[in-house]
Amino acid sequence: MSLGTQRQFAAALTDPAVPVPQGLTAWNGPQPQRRFAVYRNNVVSGLTGAIASRFPAAETIVGEAFFSAMAAEFVRLHPPHSPLLLTYGDDFADFTERFEPARSIAYLPDVIRLEAARGKAYHAADAAPLDPAVLAVLSPERLADVVFVPHPSLSVLRSPHPIVTIWAMNAGEAELRPIEAWVSEDAIVVRPHMTVEVRRLPPGGAAFLQALAEGKRLAAAVDIASEDASAFDLSANLAGALQTGAFVAIR
Amino acid sequence: MNKISASVFAASVATALSLVASAPASAAEPSKEKCYGIALKGQNDCAAGPGTTCAGTSKVDHQQNAWKLVPTGTCEAMKTPNGHGSLTQGPAPA
Repeated sequence: MSLGTQRQFAAALTDPAVPVPQGLTAWNGPQPQRRFAVYRNNVVSGLTGAIASRFPAAETIVGEAFFSAMAAEFVRLHPPHSPLLLTYGDDFADFTERFEPARSIAYLPDVIRLEAARGKAYHAADAAPLDPAVLAVLSPERLADVVFVPHPSLSVLRSPHPIVTIWAMNAGEAELRPIEAWVSEDAIVVRPHMTVEVRRLPPGGAAFLQALAEGKRLAAAVDIASEDASAFDLSANLAGALQTGAFVAIR
Repeated sequence: MNKISASVFAASVATALSLVASAPASAAEPSKEKCYGIALKGQNDCAAGPGTTCAGTSKVDHQQNAWKLVPTGTCEAMKTPNGHGSLTQGPAPA
């Protein structure tokens, strides 16, 4: 198959308006249009299914019909670049942000980002979380200079919407009911052992964890977090980070 | 120096460590083991043949090369129509 034919074949796969490449033959006759249509349908429905299985909470929020139409449009505009489907849909959140029919659901892209982070955590390398005892033996001066090594599965997300609550309700983790306080929520996603954990972060928590994950010294991360939120509580946030297994070592 | 003094800083870290120490249960998740041959079809947690994306792909009930996470120590006690669960991977189904 020439490169030109391959390109045409690929273009025709995701766009029904593009004609079937010249020279294709089918087992049951010289007209391959029908066979090609079956193949095209399988490709699109397979990829749509891959997206749906990666973002089940988003599918619950918008409903199956809306979701599969939206995913099919994504598949058409963003066909996979790799045969591995583990990462397919990493840019699905950005796509939904620009997808006109979904504009009214402002929180949808952030919920999709949360689910993408869960998938990333699920497939990240296994690593044992940091043993808090290693901090206990350090002098106060040394503590300020400690740099934490993030867990390979760690993601920190910030949203102006209550994404953790919305995700939990639509993932079957919490009871579905009206959300009284529509407030911004930040999330930590990490897989310290076998299960992916999603937790809501306290004020300043996201800034704190992001700074530490970037390799900032503990004292610098505390400054950044206090600036982000005056209510930042170092003890509670550090305890939370250690308990969730956000870090694997110190330097 | 930073906005908080070294002593306040050290005290905060000490408090954090005591918080962690006083709540070990929430930190340590119940240990799980991979148990082969017990998952119903489509309900395996992972591993069901080369080239699959694996989670939820087992084709038959109790497939012996598909595993499911179960609380540690309970795997080999589980009885299926094909015998007990196994901590080692079995053959692919015929």
